[in-house]
Amino acid sequence: MKTASRIFTAVILVFLFAPIAILVVFSFNDAKSLSVFSGFSFRWYRELMIDSSTLESVRNTLILALAATGISTVMGTAAAVGINRLRNKWIKNTINMVTDIPMTNPDIITGISLMLMFVFFGRLFGRADSLSFTTILISHVTFCLPYVILQVLPKLRQMDSSLPEAAQDLGCTPARAFFKVTIPEIMPGIITGAIMAFTMSLDDFVISYFTSGAGFQTLPVRIYNMTKKTVTPKMYALATIIFFVILTLLLISNLTDEDASEKRRTRKEQRKANKT
Amino acid sequence: MKKNGKPVWGLLGPYTVWAFIFIVVPLGFVAYYAFTDNSFSFTFDNITRFFTATSQSDGAEVKTYLLIFWRSLKLAFVSTVICLLAGYPMAYIMSRADSRKQKILMTLIMIPMWMNFLIRTYAWMTILQDTGILNGFLARLGLGRIHIIGTESAVVIGMVYDYLPYMILPIYSVMAKMDLRLIEAARDLGCNSYGVFRRVIFPLSMPGVLSGINMVLIPSVSTFYISQKLGNGKFFLIGDAIEGQYVANNLHFAAAMAFILMLILIVMMALIKRFTNGMAYGGDTE
Repeated sequence: MKTASRIFTAVILVFLFAPIAILVVFSFNDAKSLSVFSGFSFRWYRELMIDSSTLESVRNTLILALAATGISTVMGTAAAVGINRLRNKWIKNTINMVTDIPMTNPDIITGISLMLMFVFFGRLFGRADSLSFTTILISHVTFCLPYVILQVLPKLRQMDSSLPEAAQDLGCTPARAFFKVTIPEIMPGIITGAIMAFTMSLDDFVISYFTSGAGFQTLPVRIYNMTKKTVTPKMYALATIIFFVILTLLLISNLTDEDASEKRRTRKEQRKANKT
Repeated sequence: MKKNGKPVWGLLGPYTVWAFIFIVVPLGFVAYYAFTDNSFSFTFDNITRFFTATSQSDGAEVKTYLLIFWRSLKLAFVSTVICLLAGYPMAYIMSRADSRKQKILMTLIMIPMWMNFLIRTYAWMTILQDTGILNGFLARLGLGRIHIIGTESAVVIGMVYDYLPYMILPIYSVMAKMDLRLIEAARDLGCNSYGVFRRVIFPLSMPGVLSGINMVLIPSVSTFYISQKLGNGKFFLIGDAIEGQYVANNLHFAAAMAFILMLILIVMMALIKRFTNGMAYGGDTE
């Protein structure tokens, strides 16, 4: 049984990583081919560095993701606090149901529906090109919001609701109690929500494809346009860089995680030792 | 705490307005475009066109869009079943490993999800091509070449590859949280390993299976890139059809197809929920 599950795990991991391994290897290919390796070189990395439209799309993607994350984190956190305070079951359920829509709807429907609305109003105001940075930003904020709300809500439910009350009894204004007590308590949820929003925005292709105009290209849209023609290992070089950036970030976050839990454990043990 | 209406709406107001304008209203626009023509007067033409348009395929006349929808549902269903068959045991193995290994495995399964799916799909194209890496490998082993690119199997491989992590992770998270005392109790009461699995682990894992199925089925029904690359453009799926009409600036017909897709998905999700609730002994899946 042990060996069987080990083999099964290995098969799944090979399946998941085979294409990634191949694109890393062929990003160093000397020739233009993506299936015959003819020699090691950094040629495609050099070409990537001078490809200004790809570099610009990387910059666009980061600007968009940061803006969408900022807006959706602030609005989503406020919304979660509001939802948590709602007493009316009917209103609460309706808002939760609407929040679920962008998460359950396929991306293509979210993208098409927003695009139709933007085009409709664009035409109404007599603009030929109704899609722009504003429309793609609106779309990204829209699909990021539910992730923030769903990360913050559980933290609010776990929080002891007498804490902000105590702060107010001790002379805090409601606003001060909110920023001094509630926000620090729910911070882990806000941070996870913001990280999720950021990665969703970075990775999104379908919704960006339908809602961005010709003037603003994100990296996934740029990649899509690149794969319409013959692809060179340049795109693989780009993917390899992305892969190693992600890998480093994940390793760092895992290591710091382990450090934190290690510290917590030793603290607990110390406390136990003190008691006895 | 004093809860008058004002502070709640001060916080919730902006989101409520935003969600209404950018979530609810756009869905209304899908319906509006679906039932209007280019001059925005009411028509059923788009819907009728969907059900009646025909084209030639292998010398026979077929209903173009009904065929595309049927094919999408079929391939998405096959991919979901394969993801479940491969993902469920994987999730089970992960949940039984020690906590350090669990973490490593989870990170490994999540890494591909962070990579752009367009590039990964493209890499599969270079693997599966007739002169690709897989065939080169098989030829070197002295085995014959296989023709796989441009077939429905290639599209299924692409879908399984892209969405397998979405099946593994929800099942794993349910299994990792499972109360181990329940398994012990079942053992103490005389269950063998198979009985424990069938009567305890499997029913308890049903909520994870349900969200896994939803997370694989919905994107694979509506995908519009995989089939273009791995199916050599021969196997149009719903997503490709919608995208094609968008590119051709046929927004009303694109909206009609999106509208029909939405209805199908609502029905499908209701059916899945019913089915999996039944599997969990008709109990509450909370």
